This record gives sequence, C-alpha cells and structure tokens, in this order.
Amino acid sequence: MMNHLAPEVRTTLLCLFSALAVSSAITIGLKRWKPDRDFHELRCRVRTWWAIVGIFSLSLMWSTTAAIGFFGFVSFLALKEFLSMTPTRRADRRVLFYAYLSVPIQYWLAARGWYGMFIVFIPVMMFVWLPTRMWMIGQTDGFLRAAGSLHWALMITVFSLSHAAFLLVVSPGETARVAAEFPSAIAETSPGPGLLVFLILMTELNDIFQYLWGKSIGGAKVAPLVSPGKTWAGLVGGVATTVVVAAIVGPRLTLMDRPSSLAAGVVIGLAGFAGDLCMSALKRDLKIKDFGATLPGHGGVLDRVDSLVFTAPLFFHFVYYMYG
Amino acid sequence: MENTVNRPLRYAFFALVVRPLMMIVLGTNVRRVAQLPETGPAIIVANHNSHLDTFALMNVLGLHRLARVRPVAAADYFLTRPLRRWFSTRIVGIIPIDRTKARREDGKHPLEPISEALRAGAIVLLFPEGSRGEPEQMTEFQSGIAHLAKRHPDVPITPVFMHGLGKALPKGEAILVPFFCDMFVGTPLEQGLGKKELMDQLTGAMQQLKAELPVESW
Repeated sequence: MMNHLAPEVRTTLLCLFSALAVSSAITIGLKRWKPDRDFHELRCRVRTWWAIVGIFSLSLMWSTTAAIGFFGFVSFLALKEFLSMTPTRRADRRVLFYAYLSVPIQYWLAARGWYGMFIVFIPVMMFVWLPTRMWMIGQTDGFLRAAGSLHWALMITVFSLSHAAFLLVVSPGETARVAAEFPSAIAETSPGPGLLVFLILMTELNDIFQYLWGKSIGGAKVAPLVSPGKTWAGLVGGVATTVVVAAIVGPRLTLMDRPSSLAAGVVIGLAGFAGDLCMSALKRDLKIKDFGATLPGHGGVLDRVDSLVFTAPLFFHFVYYMYG
Repeated sequence: MENTVNRPLRYAFFALVVRPLMMIVLGTNVRRVAQLPETGPAIIVANHNSHLDTFALMNVLGLHRLARVRPVAAADYFLTRPLRRWFSTRIVGIIPIDRTKARREDGKHPLEPISEALRAGAIVLLFPEGSRGEPEQMTEFQSGIAHLAKRHPDVPITPVFMHGLGKALPKGEAILVPFFCDMFVGTPLEQGLGKKELMDQLTGAMQQLKAELPVESW
C-alpha cells in the first residue's frame, strides 16, 4: 500500500502526526491549567488539522490516484464556496453546471499526466466555452462581471489547485537541470509524493512562520487596508525561515539539490504571502469574514488553501523547468 | 395519517440519500442550530425557494428527530401523481393541505390535520409563503400560520431563513447545481399574539435574519 512512498516521505508524515499529537497535548494542558480562558477556537483548529492531515495522508498512502482524487474534492468544495459567495446571474445556472463539470475533467487529465491538455483545458477551452454558453442564453446585462468572476473562480479553485495534484505524476526528464543529493530508488521512480508533501509543508509552515514573526515583532504593516495583521517583519522573517527550512528539507524530500530547494523556498514564501493577501482582498470586496464554515476553526476550504492557490502553480512550473 | 409513513424506508432515504446530498453535494451553513426545537409539539416556519428546502431542514433536524418531523405540503400538488403521492406521504411524511378549498367537505377546519399532528407531538415544518415562487425572492406570508398560532397558543413558532437552495434547484429546473445553503435560525416568536402582530413579528424576524446574509445575489 505504501510502496510508492519514499522513506523520507513516510518519515515526514510521521513527524506531522507527532507535531499534531504535541499540539493536542498542549491544548488539553491549556484547558486544564487555565480553565478560565476559552480555548474552544484553538481546539477546533487543531481537531480540524487532524482531519485534514489524516485524510490527506491516507489518500497519499493509498495511491497516487487517490491523492489526486482528494485534491479534486478539495477543488470541488472550494469552487462551491466561491460560487456561493460571489453574486451569480440566475440565467447562468447551466453555465455554472459546466464549470463544475470541469473539475473531474481537469483532475482526470492530471491523473493521466496529459500535460498539454491539462495546461490548456481551463485557461483556453473553458475560457472559450463558458462565455459561448453565456451568449447563447442571450442575457447581456452583467455579462462581463459574470464571465470574469466565473473564469476567476475556475482559475483559483480548479486550475491552480490541480497543479498540486499534477506534481504527483511528474518525473525527471533526460535533460533534467538538477541531480538528487540523496538518491533513492523509490524517489527516482516516484518523486511526486515527496514534491507534493514539500509544497504543502512549506506553504503551511510559511503561513505559520509569517504569523509568528509578525506577532512577536510587529512593526510596519505591508497592506493595512487589505490585511491589518500582515507586517514587514512577518513577511521578511517568514520568508527567511521558510527558505532555511526548504534548504534543509528539500534535498531529502525531493530530487532538487540545495540551491534549487533554496530558490523554491523563496518562490513559496513570497507567493504564499501574495496568495494570502489576494484572498483577503477578495473577502473584503465581498464583505465576508470567511468563505464558509466547512472546516471548524479555519473557516472555509478556500480560507485554508488561500496561499496554496498561488504557491502550487508557481512551484509546479519551477519543478517542471528543473526536471526538464 | 400517522401510520402511513414507512419508517425503515424513510430512515434509509434520509440517512443514505438526503444526508450525503446535503453534506457533500450541497453543504449547509447553519447559524444557531441549538435554537431549533429539540422536541414537539413545535412549528418551524421558513421561506420557500426550492423542493430541497424541506430536505435541508429535515437533515439539519437530524435522524434523532426524524420520527417527529412533519412538513406541511400542498395536497393539490403532492397528491396528484401516484408516485409523487406515495413518496410524499410515505417517505417524506407530509401533512397534505388543500390550498384550493377554504372548507373541507366533511366540515372540518382546513388546518385540522396540522392540529392533529401537533397534538401527537410533531415538529411541523411550514412554508407560509405558500409557494416556492421566484427563487430567492421572499413573498408575503399567508396568514394560515396566525390561525394555527391561535389554535395552539402554547406551541413555539421558530422562524428560519434559508438561502441558496433556490439557486441549486429552483422551481421548474431539473439540473441540480451545487451551492451552499445558508440557514439562519431565529428565536421563537412571542406567544399569544393577535393575527396582525404575529404576522408583523414573523415578517420582521425573517427580514432581520435575511439581513445576516453577506451578499445579495440574484
């Protein structure tokens, strides 16, 4: 069942579960020692993390296809949140149906490893088809807004996120620009799980590092009108920490060498920050606090994957270039 | 009427079809779920957008309350075709009310079937708009609920505002498009109100719950 997972990937998953166990122990301890304070939100958050990491790991251990299916489901939930939160025209119901239909197709293309089609299906095919279906309906009021927000919905929730899934099926070509520092037979034939775990881990750690640095130092805000919590200290400290961790973890978990792992850390650190703020701006525009309540303690699925929306496609193309 | 419900099939349908549909395909955001009545007799009033409204409410009430839940539905629509009639009365467990006649032939009050259910301890679901109408557009509430309140002054009436399902499956559409369903539960209306006061309070409560929606769409 786990033959396709390199030992490093299994160790990383084990570390993740250990970290979660420690977090749970801390929340239980806090509840005991400070009974007057309310830790409900924190406990919800940790419990939901257990569910996220649990389902993700199980699907990854099961098979590559199962993990791709997991991301397909995440995309479906995110798209549903997006379309439920943004105004849509009543006339476009059938068009929205096609938008949902693109989810299984896009993830099927990922599972097949059909790169040429995977990369054009949403930005080209759906870009042409959805407005076509819309002019057929004949309602021109609000056409641009409806077509624009629907296309953005698909790019964010389906196209971007599906790059994380496609990582599972990439393999180094003959003209690869990197060579493994710690070669192993499993990682050579199946580098996908390592790459995916690296991307997810770095993106989430980057979120946490930026939060911790911002909280502990404070200082000038990067974009006070968009997200008052984000400071320059958080951004610089967070990216720096992510780069260091990426340089240590990258060569072991992936086929990237140290310099390229470092560069990947920079890409993920900056893109994660940008994605996070982009989603904050979107939420402010829509006058909502969260995209939903699917994940107790986190908000909606889109609130959880906000950084990943930007890091996944950028990291994917970085890897795709490196692997030739 | 009570005995017509097919219990095993009803539980199977709600556990295996309605629950996955509402949780995975659609999804529900409920606010203040604890304010829903735990047991009957009770009346829940909601705005009506879609055939899915009934299922969404019954799903949120949960399997442990399912035996008590009885949605009020239009006899002239749900009792017409044999299959629809079988499904509505035996699986969904509707209380059919004739919208077209003010008085029944046997001289009973037209709301008597609802009273019967309430006396048996049911949680009655009522859509006072009377019809699904234009999706996501609230229309004026019919006063049947005021008559019911007068007949049962001790039964709590809880308003619930629903949004989203009219987009997922509006009247006259066959294709289901996934959307989240918002369900905002209000506090029970005051008891012993006159007809006009009750209708005003119900409308006010619904408007207030509706104002919790972040964006207006459609």
